[in-house]
Amino acid sequence: MLNTFLGLVFSTAFLASSISYATPFVLAAMGGIVSERSGVLNLGLEGMMLTGALFAFMGSYYTGNPAVGVLTAIVASMLLGFIHAYSCIELGSNQVVTAVAINIFALGITSALFNALFGISAGRVTAPGFASIRIPLLEKIPVLGTALFGQNVFVYLAYILVPLTYVLFFKTKIGLNIRASGEFPKAANTMGVPVEKVRFYSVIYSSAIAGIAGASLSIAGINMFIENISAGRGFIAFACIILGKFNPIGATMAALLFGMTEGIQLRIQAAGIPVPYQLPLMFPYILTIVMLLLVGSKFSPQSWGVPFFSDDDQ
Amino acid sequence: MKPKNKGSIDYKRILLPFAGISAGLILGGIIIAMQGVNPFYAYYYLLYGAIGNKQSLISSLLKTIPLGIVGLAVIFSYKAGIFNIGGEGQFYLGAVGATLVGTMPLPIPALMHVLLCIVAAIVFGGLFALLPGYLKAYKGFNEIVITMLLNYVALLFTSLLLQGPMQEPGTFFNRSSLFVPTALLPAVFPGQRLHWGIGIFLVLALLLHVLYRYTTLGFRIENVGLNRRASRYSGENTKHLMLFSMIISGSIAGMAGAIEVMGVNGRLVENFISGVGYDGIAIALLANLNPLMSILAAFFFGALRNGASSMQIATGVSSSFVYIIQAMAVLSVITMPGIPRIMKKMKARRVKNHA
Repeated sequence: MLNTFLGLVFSTAFLASSISYATPFVLAAMGGIVSERSGVLNLGLEGMMLTGALFAFMGSYYTGNPAVGVLTAIVASMLLGFIHAYSCIELGSNQVVTAVAINIFALGITSALFNALFGISAGRVTAPGFASIRIPLLEKIPVLGTALFGQNVFVYLAYILVPLTYVLFFKTKIGLNIRASGEFPKAANTMGVPVEKVRFYSVIYSSAIAGIAGASLSIAGINMFIENISAGRGFIAFACIILGKFNPIGATMAALLFGMTEGIQLRIQAAGIPVPYQLPLMFPYILTIVMLLLVGSKFSPQSWGVPFFSDDDQ
Repeated sequence: MKPKNKGSIDYKRILLPFAGISAGLILGGIIIAMQGVNPFYAYYYLLYGAIGNKQSLISSLLKTIPLGIVGLAVIFSYKAGIFNIGGEGQFYLGAVGATLVGTMPLPIPALMHVLLCIVAAIVFGGLFALLPGYLKAYKGFNEIVITMLLNYVALLFTSLLLQGPMQEPGTFFNRSSLFVPTALLPAVFPGQRLHWGIGIFLVLALLLHVLYRYTTLGFRIENVGLNRRASRYSGENTKHLMLFSMIISGSIAGMAGAIEVMGVNGRLVENFISGVGYDGIAIALLANLNPLMSILAAFFFGALRNGASSMQIATGVSSSFVYIIQAMAVLSVITMPGIPRIMKKMKARRVKNHA
């Protein structure tokens, strides 16, 4: 039995599905990490993803073009990002509570809007979505080829975004300013970094990427919207950021872990292995907690979640 | 900040939540109109379904109880500076604890059995809050992510139990056996569904009010939450007090879970409630962390939810739009302290432009 299990797990199909499951987490985490590093705790990723998922579906449904769907998703989730940024940065409201309100708001507006437009029992309304794109040559690499390069456009976006985010943080001036705003805003401000502006744009950016992550849920494969389709994935992306020590590479590793367990769980069910379905589902959460305990608590930005007002100094 | 004149009423405190709720109603109304339903017609059914007659009022109160008690749990930890996002997990674990005791026939009087169930829930909920509380207070971990992850664990663990050892014999549903009659919460009025959980909620809210208003313990907890460093320099064992507050918070949330199963379904059912932890946060903040105000805030949430389901039946408008109203109410309350800052900033800008 173990052999069949291992055979299932270490296969091209499994690798491919793990990557595609991990993609929404990776994308949302790559956005969120910018906000967290700038010092604004963004637990609203969940609501932003959910909003992105609906508006991507709507944009694609009404125009017939999934690319327009992605654009509408970005705009809609950026509006939520704007609320989060304004409330947290300009008004100095509690960042966790603002996010909780945003998530409740997103749940309400997406469900209500979807039901209003498509009817309360709209289960099977589909919109055009993105198909998989096979990348010539690269696709021919044995085992890894089809798994890595036979995916949809969101997966490729994730491939690009991870190194890009890394370079942004550790090789550019903008990245340095973002990190400085999250660590020592007062010092950064003295050095001429417009901390509030940096934080504002960081939150807006994170919401735009979360919107794309949401689009990857609704219009890349299933091409439908379901109420609360994000189902906590934004929260998981948030956990990935912390588990990855606020480093893009680390967060991606954590996201892959969650993607893999989602794949394993489906495979166990498909193979009829007599394990209660809850156990493999529970595994990534427990593992994350254990790993957080091992990794320790010293990695979060110093001023994470702490409002900063430059005019207080004047 | 300048101290306010005593005696003058702070109109913003009253006006802003109303503005928020109205904005939510208008936004919701637009969506309802998009569906071709008259918003006023829908809102009439919402109001009627929430408080229109005795039955609907009772249903609203039933919805108020779990939301309100979890709201109190959130207040308890938040006062000490801990964000307990794990209310939902502790709620489920409390329900499991109560179910273990409540499905067991015991040769004791009914009241004792009910109390024993609640004690079990308090222990289970408190223990589930122990780990995040300890990590936050003593090791400086972020409590938000840990309690959030534990929510998922608790939900899955409960459903694992309900599919295995705690499953009712001979059923395919993931649910427990019925509670024995001695372990059920009695009704307030004979023949009505309203159970004594409402009394427990009100008493608990009053107790917390007294705690924070009149006792040194409450004062000490609030001090830790307001300024941990100052509190430590004054000789307080802040870590100890934070852990204590988190455990009590978990216990209260656990108790809410017990009350819900003992009062409503009479058995534990998989995924019988969802999002109660986040609702609790929203209620606690809408109430401005005031235990007595949380009664009103919880009733507002409960009545809205209940009214919305009757509205959905009557008009076909999805009940989920009430979340918009709730979110707007919460947003308006939490952004309130920041309004003077914006006013000042705008004034400064005007002066600058004139100069």
